[in-house]
Amino acid sequence: MNTYIKLLIAVLLPFAALSQDKVEGMVVDGGAINATLGLPGANVYWMNSQIGVVTDFDGNFSIPYDAQYHKLIISYVGFESDTLTVDQPRKIKHTLNPSNALNEVVVNQKRDAVQKAYFSSQNVVTINSAELLKAACCNLSESFETNPAIDVNFSDALTGTKQIQMLGLTSPYLLITQENIPMVRGASQAYGLTFTPGTWVESIQITKGAGSVVNGYESISGQINTELVKPLTDNAVFVNGYANQNGRYELNTHLNKKLTEKWSTGLYIHGNKRTQKEDNNGDGFLDAPLANQINVMNRWQYQDPENGWVSFLNVRFLNDEKQVGQLNFNPDTDRVDQKFTAANLLGAPVLNGTEIWGSEINTRRFDTSLKLGYVFPELPFQSVGFQTSYSLHKQDSYFGLNTYDITHESIYANLLFNSIIGDTKNKFKTGVTFAYDGYDEMVLTDDYSRVDTSIGAFFEFNYDNLDNVNLTAGLRVDNHNRLGTFVTPRLHVRYTPWEKGSLRGSFGRGKRAANIFAENQQLFASSRTINITNAGGDIYGLDPEDAWNYGVSFLQGFTFLDRPGNVSVDFYKTDFKNQIVVDWENPREISFYNLDGKSSASSFQVEVNHEILPKLELRTAYKYYDVNTDYTAGNLQKPLQAQHRYFANLGYTTEVKENGAQWRFDYTVHALGKQRLPDTSSNEEAYQLGAYADPYSLMNGQITRVFSNTFELYVGGENLTNHTQDNPVLGADNPFGSNFDTSIVYAPIMGRMFYAGFRFKL
Amino acid sequence: MKKIILTAVVVLMATISYAQDKNKKMTFDVNGKCGMCKERIEKAALGVKGVKFATWDIPSHQLSVIMDENKTDAMKIKTAIVAVGHDTKELKATEEAYNSVHPCCLYREDNSDDSGHH
Repeated sequence: MNTYIKLLIAVLLPFAALSQDKVEGMVVDGGAINATLGLPGANVYWMNSQIGVVTDFDGNFSIPYDAQYHKLIISYVGFESDTLTVDQPRKIKHTLNPSNALNEVVVNQKRDAVQKAYFSSQNVVTINSAELLKAACCNLSESFETNPAIDVNFSDALTGTKQIQMLGLTSPYLLITQENIPMVRGASQAYGLTFTPGTWVESIQITKGAGSVVNGYESISGQINTELVKPLTDNAVFVNGYANQNGRYELNTHLNKKLTEKWSTGLYIHGNKRTQKEDNNGDGFLDAPLANQINVMNRWQYQDPENGWVSFLNVRFLNDEKQVGQLNFNPDTDRVDQKFTAANLLGAPVLNGTEIWGSEINTRRFDTSLKLGYVFPELPFQSVGFQTSYSLHKQDSYFGLNTYDITHESIYANLLFNSIIGDTKNKFKTGVTFAYDGYDEMVLTDDYSRVDTSIGAFFEFNYDNLDNVNLTAGLRVDNHNRLGTFVTPRLHVRYTPWEKGSLRGSFGRGKRAANIFAENQQLFASSRTINITNAGGDIYGLDPEDAWNYGVSFLQGFTFLDRPGNVSVDFYKTDFKNQIVVDWENPREISFYNLDGKSSASSFQVEVNHEILPKLELRTAYKYYDVNTDYTAGNLQKPLQAQHRYFANLGYTTEVKENGAQWRFDYTVHALGKQRLPDTSSNEEAYQLGAYADPYSLMNGQITRVFSNTFELYVGGENLTNHTQDNPVLGADNPFGSNFDTSIVYAPIMGRMFYAGFRFKL
Repeated sequence: MKKIILTAVVVLMATISYAQDKNKKMTFDVNGKCGMCKERIEKAALGVKGVKFATWDIPSHQLSVIMDENKTDAMKIKTAIVAVGHDTKELKATEEAYNSVHPCCLYREDNSDDSGHH
């Protein structure tokens, strides 16, 4: 073998041409049968230097010569390293011999357990499970009480449903997703958030402003995504019980089991019930509905990290029954709505003045979803995802004389491909979306059934220079049978001017079909007549809603008194090109019409978070809204919207003991400025409300005692100052009369209320 | 016989790993100690043209990269890493580059896992 090498060197040497400042040469594989083979990929470097090269495909190398280095090291995995003394630029031919200690070479392929903190270009707030426990009740609509990004309002005087708002716009203008699949939309808009029990929620991500194009074109003021608990990571057994003073009981049970290395499953059962009749304000109407809900979900999780597969399959069934109205209403004998009586009496009901006003809202929902994710095992930055869901939502309801039935069947599919351009500083997502929505809607005696289908494609590019700039630019093109073909651009930029500072800007478009009845169901519990002013549009005679959102925000972290804190300021504006104006200004009617003129929602927020004393966290925020719309009566602020809002939350936790024992204290105050009320000046004096509702504040508190990792108890109180609205039901004395209205609600109906509950986990 | 097999394996290995792979995966030691080091190392590696993916593991000090072999090689990545002050097995950072890192990152003095602090 050596003879060959010597021969080769002898042959090659004459060709060697020395250069002034380089050491050039060839590394030969001494283990090859034909030992003339060059060794590609060998390391050639000066000892203790910053200079190194790798031999090329033929085993040749060229390394700069520097007089301060003398030892040239040649190494390669599986070969013995050699150190050559080189004192001048020259030509080198070197043979590396295979190492017999090959078995000592261990290929290490460790991956990070935790991914790098991602400094998103979007203004995202994550609410984790610890934060969710601060307000122990009960479902998703009540999970935002301790977060200033979301405002919680009251939708009506009867159901006690909480309505959420972001940037001054109500939830229809938000895209609410569950694990990135659109969830609370269409028929479920009014009560959908109350159909996700709080214990099912693992975390919530709130994106202010335009949001990503990946999940569709519908989001206008923001996105709320809910991650549910996962069978693999949730407790094997979890039981939560809750009861409050007003007779509401809740029970949540989770059972999770890891079946094999790859499969896990979870069964989640929620039930709630209220049978106690409450009427503390003496208006003869129930303050809170008689309710009964059963909600069952089964999840399957498949995880095969070696081959890169992740999958989730969900099946959920819900049955929810609510009864509201006058205390002595009996649904079996007192029902008088038009659909019901038309079927029985072949005619409109003839009222004799002794009827009792009541309402039932019964919802059944089935939904199932499948998520499939594949990460290329060799390319961790590249993945394919497929999400699909089917839901059937059926609400049968009546409110006094008004019947409202809606069945919404929905199919959604989204195929997504993630990869990079060049390197992981330039990422992209691209894919296609398909959606089908079939509405079977009966409003009083009018049939508004319709079918919406859309198909779209999107591309979203993300650039991160790993330092101070992060940019997300997205574009989608959709074709919708009622909205037409349209383009949705969205852009988010983050810039870090200095340490702990983060400046963000965003703009984007959103477009949607307003489901005017499903979104404004409180209108049915009033004697207002429905008036759709426009005709000729594709959705209830109206045009699609179309808006642009712009925003800037600045976040600055600081350390004060040796403890961390941050302050953020943000300003967002939503400009409507078209909006379906919901006009409550005439107390005899509710009108829907296309925007004629201007409509915009501006919001300004300052938030400060700081650990003011050891273990005592303060979060406080001031918000200002200017939400004005050109109504037929002129430009007005949105009714029932406080222009000034103040929020503070104090949280204190004791040190966690070894067995997990801990005390947690939490206190929240919300102060709302005056709210403009819809015009009631044309009513008789007894049924007039002022122009504005007075400012007021609300306080909530909760104490949690964690005894161990398996058991904890909590007690709390809501509305501690016992502030309630005096006359939430206008015209309560004659609910079938023309003044009856339950839609003007600006303060709680329920007074001070205490609750208690427990959590047990294994 | 044994030697022939070994040789064959080595040759085969060299051949396989040196078919110019567009997504060549490679792992090697880089010295450092904390989250700030991690950011600096990954940024330096991704700054090399042809490097598609880079992640440095704090406890094991292993840098995993995926690169296009047509455009770069391990030594170019290591050169970039020593230039920002982090030693590799082959190449060592200059005193000047080493001293340019944040004081808490001075791993040569105390090469412990400091991931919990940053």
